Amino acid sequence: MPIDKRFGSAPEALADIADGATVFISGFGGAGFPNGLIRALRDRAARDLTLVVNSATHRYSLTHELIEAGLVRKVVCTAARGQGREPSAFERQWMAGTIELECMPQGTFAERIRAGGAGIAAFYTPVGVGTEPAQGKEVRRFGKREYVLEQAITGDLALVRADTADRYGNLSFRYAQMNFGPVMATAAACVVAEVRAVLDEPIPHERVQLPGLYVDRIVAVGA
Amino acid sequence: MKPLNRLQIAWRAAQDIGDGMVVNLGMGMPVAVADYLRPGADVFIHSENGVIGVGPLAAPEHADTDLVDAGSRRITLRRGAAIIDSSWSFAVIRGGHIDVAILGAFEVAANGDLANWDMRLPGKGPLIGGAMDLASCACAVWVIMDHVTRAGGPRLLETCTLPLTAVGCVRRVYTDLAVVDITPAGMLVREMIEGMDEAELRARTGAALTFAPDCRPLTPPPLELPVAERR
Repeated sequence: MPIDKRFGSAPEALADIADGATVFISGFGGAGFPNGLIRALRDRAARDLTLVVNSATHRYSLTHELIEAGLVRKVVCTAARGQGREPSAFERQWMAGTIELECMPQGTFAERIRAGGAGIAAFYTPVGVGTEPAQGKEVRRFGKREYVLEQAITGDLALVRADTADRYGNLSFRYAQMNFGPVMATAAACVVAEVRAVLDEPIPHERVQLPGLYVDRIVAVGA
Repeated sequence: MKPLNRLQIAWRAAQDIGDGMVVNLGMGMPVAVADYLRPGADVFIHSENGVIGVGPLAAPEHADTDLVDAGSRRITLRRGAAIIDSSWSFAVIRGGHIDVAILGAFEVAANGDLANWDMRLPGKGPLIGGAMDLASCACAVWVIMDHVTRAGGPRLLETCTLPLTAVGCVRRVYTDLAVVDITPAGMLVREMIEGMDEAELRARTGAALTFAPDCRPLTPPPLELPVAERR
């Protein structure tokens, strides 16, 4: 049967997401947030989710809607500080002890996901040696420097935003939209991409930034 | 005696950026460094989100929500720019391909320890972002900050009181009062503003200072802050 990964809508693409899932969500710096899929996941209302997302709260992302809806058990991120003086939805639940937080350096976050998608169980990084986030972790000296042992992250689902897709799941991104999308797609059992447009013809190979073998479902959501 | 404003501190740091360097500029005060690069210095600015070759901010009518830097600012690209994904962007940082990271800070210690990620604000979550990667792995780390806190307490200290970003990483500090190198022997003052003397600078610093034999006056050009920021 010819491969065709297109789904008619975001709710259809997320209809089988179960409670307790570990969910990667792309986006950073204002670009690449899969907000159509995030809202569909909120409506799906799967509970006890672990979110693996760069920012627990970002003003251009709808991640906070999942948190406000009480669907999130844990956030794995690099930034958990909300805008402004008032606590964010995440900060309120975190202080109340109803949501767990694991916060780490951004490069360690990216590399733990990369390792998860590349069959590497753990790696040593120089980042974090002598700091609070690395407390309790194994430290080992190689040559003149000390390194912290960090373990891979894998997940059940990745929600990724891209610009265009083809029926094979190949993705192409605009400008800084790429950020965490490609690496998250490598580390999740099921990858759902929302795109501005699905092309009738395959994306030319030199324009494919994430090969379709990583992508399971495609939804066109417009600009 | 007139302390530098934040644009003048950025200007001073920019004078030390060499032609051909790859530079990462932290959020807040450091991003202004891009506006004061020396004429003829051809520099690539890297941003953690994968942009290599950040250009000036976009005019509102040309702003594109997908063309942003790590601080969510809508930017342009310079000639020769490239964009990579986050895991590659941090491999660039850890791999030693950033010549200089210019970062803001809360505190710097005499041994080069840096504290710039957690002020322990009540009710606010932590924000690490890319600071630890840059501080640990850039070839050189320079800091831009006010010399003292709003309450007048020192930020240059024997030992940091806030949680560390990285150990022993800072090489140079640009403040509104002075330019200070972090050396194996501690803090060495290279420049200070006119009207400041050694005793006065020591009184505003929480670590031992040595003054370079050729310590020079720090004399920035007049650079006006935006109206909203003037006191």
